Amino acid sequence: MDWLNAIVQGILLGGLYALYGTGLSLIFGVMRIVNLAHGDFIVLAAYLSLVVTQIAGLSPFATILAVVPLLFVFGYVLQKTVLNRALTGNLLPPVVITFGISIILQNALQLIFSPNSQGLDAGSLETASIQLGRLNIGWVPFITLITAIVVLAILQLFLTRTALGRAFRATSDNPGIAELMGINSRQIYGIALGLSLAIVALAGILLGIRTNFAPAEGPARLLFAFETVIIGGLGNLWGTLIGGIILGIAQVIGASFNPGWFQLAGHVVTLLVLAFLPSGLFPRTREL
Amino acid sequence: MLKLQKIDLYYGQFQALFDVSISVEQGETLAIIGANGAGKTSLLRLIAGAHSAGSGEILFKGEEVNKRPAYEMAKLGIALVPEGRMLFPSLTVEENLLVGNYVRRPGPWKLNDIYKLFPSLHERRKNPSSNISGGQQQMVAIGRALMSNPNLILLDEISLGLAPLIIEEIYRVVKQISALGTTVILVEQDVRRGMNAADRVYCLLEGKISLTGRPSELSMEEVSQAYFGV
Amino acid sequence: MRSLLYTPERRIAVIGFLVAAVLISMASWGEIRTMSLLIEFFYLLALSQLWNLLAGYAGLVSVGQQAWIGIGGYALLVMADDFGIPLGLAFLLVGVVAALLSYPAAKLLFRLRGGYYAIGTWVVSEVFYLLISGSTSWSGGGLGRSLQAARFIQPPAMRITLVYVIAVVLAIGSIALVYYLMRSRLGLGLTAIRDSEMGAASLGVNVNKLKLFVYVVCAAGTAIVGALIYLNALNIIPKAAFSVNWTAYMIFMVVIGGIGTIEGPIFGTIVFFLLRQYLSDFGEWSLIILGCAAVIIMLVAPQGLWGIIRGRSQIELFPVRRKLSPNFEKSE
Ligand SMILES: Nc1ncnc2c1ncn2[C@@H]1O[C@H](COP(=O)(O)OP(=O)(O)OP(=O)(O)O)[C@@H](O)[C@H]1O
Ligand SMILES: [Mg+2]
Repeated sequence: MDWLNAIVQGILLGGLYALYGTGLSLIFGVMRIVNLAHGDFIVLAAYLSLVVTQIAGLSPFATILAVVPLLFVFGYVLQKTVLNRALTGNLLPPVVITFGISIILQNALQLIFSPNSQGLDAGSLETASIQLGRLNIGWVPFITLITAIVVLAILQLFLTRTALGRAFRATSDNPGIAELMGINSRQIYGIALGLSLAIVALAGILLGIRTNFAPAEGPARLLFAFETVIIGGLGNLWGTLIGGIILGIAQVIGASFNPGWFQLAGHVVTLLVLAFLPSGLFPRTREL
Repeated sequence: MLKLQKIDLYYGQFQALFDVSISVEQGETLAIIGANGAGKTSLLRLIAGAHSAGSGEILFKGEEVNKRPAYEMAKLGIALVPEGRMLFPSLTVEENLLVGNYVRRPGPWKLNDIYKLFPSLHERRKNPSSNISGGQQQMVAIGRALMSNPNLILLDEISLGLAPLIIEEIYRVVKQISALGTTVILVEQDVRRGMNAADRVYCLLEGKISLTGRPSELSMEEVSQAYFGV
Repeated sequence: MRSLLYTPERRIAVIGFLVAAVLISMASWGEIRTMSLLIEFFYLLALSQLWNLLAGYAGLVSVGQQAWIGIGGYALLVMADDFGIPLGLAFLLVGVVAALLSYPAAKLLFRLRGGYYAIGTWVVSEVFYLLISGSTSWSGGGLGRSLQAARFIQPPAMRITLVYVIAVVLAIGSIALVYYLMRSRLGLGLTAIRDSEMGAASLGVNVNKLKLFVYVVCAAGTAIVGALIYLNALNIIPKAAFSVNWTAYMIFMVVIGGIGTIEGPIFGTIVFFLLRQYLSDFGEWSLIILGCAAVIIMLVAPQGLWGIIRGRSQIELFPVRRKLSPNFEKSE
């Protein structure tokens, strides 16, 4: 097999997974809950982009301008109206509610768009690639990786350099004390889920340009996001990028032995990390 | 500027404060003394909006504020330096101070003024706040509260566990804060310390006000009886 | 007779045996159609009891219990058809297989906290699914495979009757399991953990060991139910056996009925079972409705339907919680 190519393709895939993982770990970092509908929101974003391209005749890339704000607002409203009421310190309500939302979203998407898979049409860019020697680097995966790096950099600046970002971290440390500083933690949680879903929107659109998607694929996306976070280390921003890359490489190498091993290889690597490095490759940093 | 009238405070079934009435004027320094578990922290947290009274009234600048959330009280100009400092451990010293300014209230206190007040914090400003001495942590906690330019600052056992020299320094700062016109309510277990710093004293005993007056007018026997209840 | 009914444990045991006897006797007089329908009800009841034990009592909120349904089904098929183990023995061994597999799984999963634990259980389930579906000789490929050994149970009505009896035993057995576990020392430990994990640890409760025990018991129990499901259905496909919908059903039943009680899941199973009969024509809508129901109940009445009923009338069919003596309560 061509190891170099597998590793390069894995790195590129890792960009997408870093986007998946960042959204998941952002809300865990701030409010200690895990959104089990995370993957379904990724798929939802792809479908929303599809709808916008069909209605407005835009390129999928242009739909970012519509879908990202839309999912931000959706996340904010969902947190303020539903999830904030489930934050009782007991872990059951958030798990059940986000799991319920996952089931609802999957079936609603199936109802509206049929269970068949569809794709976003980005024209010739979809297949365009840069040839570097024997390496073939697709433009879309490359753009995805750059997007992930940019998103992580912006997020880091946001968390460390802005008042709102510091409020995020203060709330994560101790919401009760943060409230004494004038920080409305429920507002922060709303913005956090909004940001998480905005990142998810980017990921979903890039996913849709890259491959076909179907309503039932949300859970698989959730698992990739989870594995990215576990491999990279909980609460480590740049660890998420490395986690995504390792997951991507594992999957590409697994698939090159047997197409059926694509997901399995990722799961196995995650379980190995859990067995031998339970806090991930990178320890928690101050950012989140 | 602050008036509590006939306050009862409950934690579930347990009543922590009974019929408490206190008032404080603009610029005054008030000390609240009392033994362990008397309800001092509960009282301060109530004023800061972290608890709400079961019955009674809380008037701040003439407004009824009972049951307002803590983040609104901070905007109104109340800052609490909580018992045990409670810094944000994953933030640096400077970031902790900046979080204090989240409400962006106008006023005299800026980051540099805090460093002037506590010079030793300046060189530690990039340190994680969990990585400095107890005295410095207390300074950060006070600085964080000042950054919101409060009208009323609540200090909960700021001397606890600190060396005498540090305590002296911190109480000098309290005097400075008060001299700028900020109203101060401080909680102390150390009776002498509290009485020295304050214009007026309230003593809490098992959730009830057992004594109030000006330190100069109170005899030590009165105070110790109100404090221990014997 | 008086002494037989003296303690609540015995009263419940006697009632349980009577109910089981009546239900089992139906095998001789009931219609096959009714029994087929009830088989589904009873295995759902067993599943909801087990998920409730796991999540409601031990705080292990799992979304990966489908792993053990699939393992149960495949373990039965592989042992009975490939290894030629007699069907009855294979059925019993299913629990052992699942227990052996669940032990290392738990060791890994317990390193994850809260919501991440939940996703971890899903990953474990996917690993089993991918391993089995990847091996054609085990999974039988895309069309799945069917349980050959069951063909020897003739006539077919005989098999349904047999499955029915086992389903009744598993359902009543799972209720008994939860009831007696929770009234034992272990139940006290679990209750302490539920109140405060740190507090329990400081009282000398071995939190991890208790949770591990419950996890393994629930995995084994769920696998045995899974084996029964495929002794009933005969044909097994990996995608369906390891479908997360199994866990979705468990969660819906328990949450709608009321988590953390024995009565709740019984109630929830009845409601779920009836709803499903009526909603089955609605396809995707039925899951959307159930999902909404679970979300709404969690938000407005987290104790579920049973909690609402009990709140009004104070009845308790299975007094799991020990009553404190009045003196003790006063001294609090
Ligand atoms: N969150 C709470 N829930 C229940 N009871 C509480 C809570 N906080 C305080 N109490 C109880 O209320 C009473 C008053 O506590 P509080 O902390 O206000 O006392 P304190 O005077 O500040 O004591 P200390 O000098 O030890 O700080 C105590 O009996 C305490 O156990
Ligand atoms: Mg106190």
